[in-house]
Amino acid sequence: MPFVDPEEAIKERVLAVQEYSQLSGEAVANLFRKPRYVADMLTQADFIGVGSLPIVILTGLSIGAVLALQTSSTLQQFGVTTLTGQLVSFSMIKEIGPVLTSLMLAGRAATGMASELGSMKVTEQIDAMRALGTDPIKKLITPRVVATVVMLFFLSIISDLFGLFGGYIVAVSLLGISTRQYWTSTYQQLQFADVFQGLIKPFFFGLIISTVGCYYGFSTKGGTQGVGRSTTQAMVAASVLILIFDFFITRFMIGVFGR
Amino acid sequence: MPDPAASNGHPQPSEVMLEFKDVELGFDQHLVLRGVSFRLHRGETKVVFGVAGSGKSVMLKLALGLLQPDHGTITVLGQDITGMAEQELYQLRRNIGMVFQESALFDSLTVEENVAFRLVEEHVSPEEIRERVTEALRFVELEHTLEKFPAQLSGGMRRRVAIARAIITHPEIILYDSPTGGLDPITSTTIVELLIKQRDVYQTSALMVTHRLQDGFTMATHCYDKEKGQMVPVKEGRENTRTSFLILRDGKVIFDGSGQELARSTDEYIREYIS
Repeated sequence: MPFVDPEEAIKERVLAVQEYSQLSGEAVANLFRKPRYVADMLTQADFIGVGSLPIVILTGLSIGAVLALQTSSTLQQFGVTTLTGQLVSFSMIKEIGPVLTSLMLAGRAATGMASELGSMKVTEQIDAMRALGTDPIKKLITPRVVATVVMLFFLSIISDLFGLFGGYIVAVSLLGISTRQYWTSTYQQLQFADVFQGLIKPFFFGLIISTVGCYYGFSTKGGTQGVGRSTTQAMVAASVLILIFDFFITRFMIGVFGR
Repeated sequence: MPDPAASNGHPQPSEVMLEFKDVELGFDQHLVLRGVSFRLHRGETKVVFGVAGSGKSVMLKLALGLLQPDHGTITVLGQDITGMAEQELYQLRRNIGMVFQESALFDSLTVEENVAFRLVEEHVSPEEIRERVTEALRFVELEHTLEKFPAQLSGGMRRRVAIARAIITHPEIILYDSPTGGLDPITSTTIVELLIKQRDVYQTSALMVTHRLQDGFTMATHCYDKEKGQMVPVKEGRENTRTSFLILRDGKVIFDGSGQELARSTDEYIREYIS
């Protein structure tokens, strides 16, 4: 294996961060410039949003159900299993709903973007688009960013709702909690800060998923092998960034709202 | 001071359409082009020869502003594109057609959508788009492939669709990157005939990169006969003066002139190359 010069390696990383920032900045700035590719945005929204619905619903349901099961065994020791709904709602709405939905979408959408754009890059289709006088960032990236941010917001809400529903099924059928007890405890302690935290995260995560997926697609080199490499890197980078940003957003929100 | 004729988008007959002045470009500390200078005049077709890796395709990408030179200036349609902002380049590129080596058709779009791409971007009416797409595809004799996807076409057909996409807006300059590369001799002849037809019917200036000598010489020795609807050899002793040759060697221009000058060249490398 050839020895990698550390200086060169660092320079490459810094350059990658610079290129990623430039690409993301331009993609967002294009929102305020014409032409706006509304049809492309809707196509992407259909693929990212509607297409991801089954997996998001399934994930939400199963995590909500598992959360209810796991928390109830601890709560049972203190004789407060009636608080199961509260714990499920807190966990789902503030944390697990948006994070898990984003990770699912990173696996589905970021990889899809990286492989699609990567294939276009290695077959010179992106250069062809530039040669035809069309800005590929405006035509290909901006619609994906808009669609991902908007759809992830709604997907997170759907995931939260199905998570609560999954918890409800377990609470009623296995834990002997009444319907009224469960739903009352889910919203009783919920405050604006909790919901806000759960809704602001998808915005950042959507930006991460789309810009990382598109960046790796646009920077693909080396034929079909390169496309495969970009796809894997996009998935890993998006997931890691989501987890890192989740910590900082949560810390910031606790600092602002105190919970 | 900019040339007023060029700035209004209507260059004059003898005008320089494309000019490279002392252009240099390197990748990873390796110089690909070294001090390349040449001019392409209106209506002229310049055939660029060179072995693989001599910098031919890079030269086309520079002419289109897809790459920027490290040194020197490139003037296209009277505008210096060196250091030009990408947004301005998009405007300029609308007057230039490009046929990529591997066609570079959008594989998720049909032939019709590929050819119509530029017109859709310019918000031309659907009726006019249909008419012009059919006309462009008829030019390359592929009007029956409107609904097909690129994957359903042969290599030669894809190349012809790429030509249709490049000529649909009747650009001032067309850049051909190895238009016959990887094709069988019969299909190659069909493609060269199309390039000759484009040159003689629309008087377009063109830069044609190829490593196939035969294609270049056919361009220089044949013209399109509208009555017969095919290319025919030009009369004995009279070369088609609108086709010139440029030879690159290790990123340097070692020949730039007419076919007759090329045939008379005493340079050992050139003699060996064209033999």
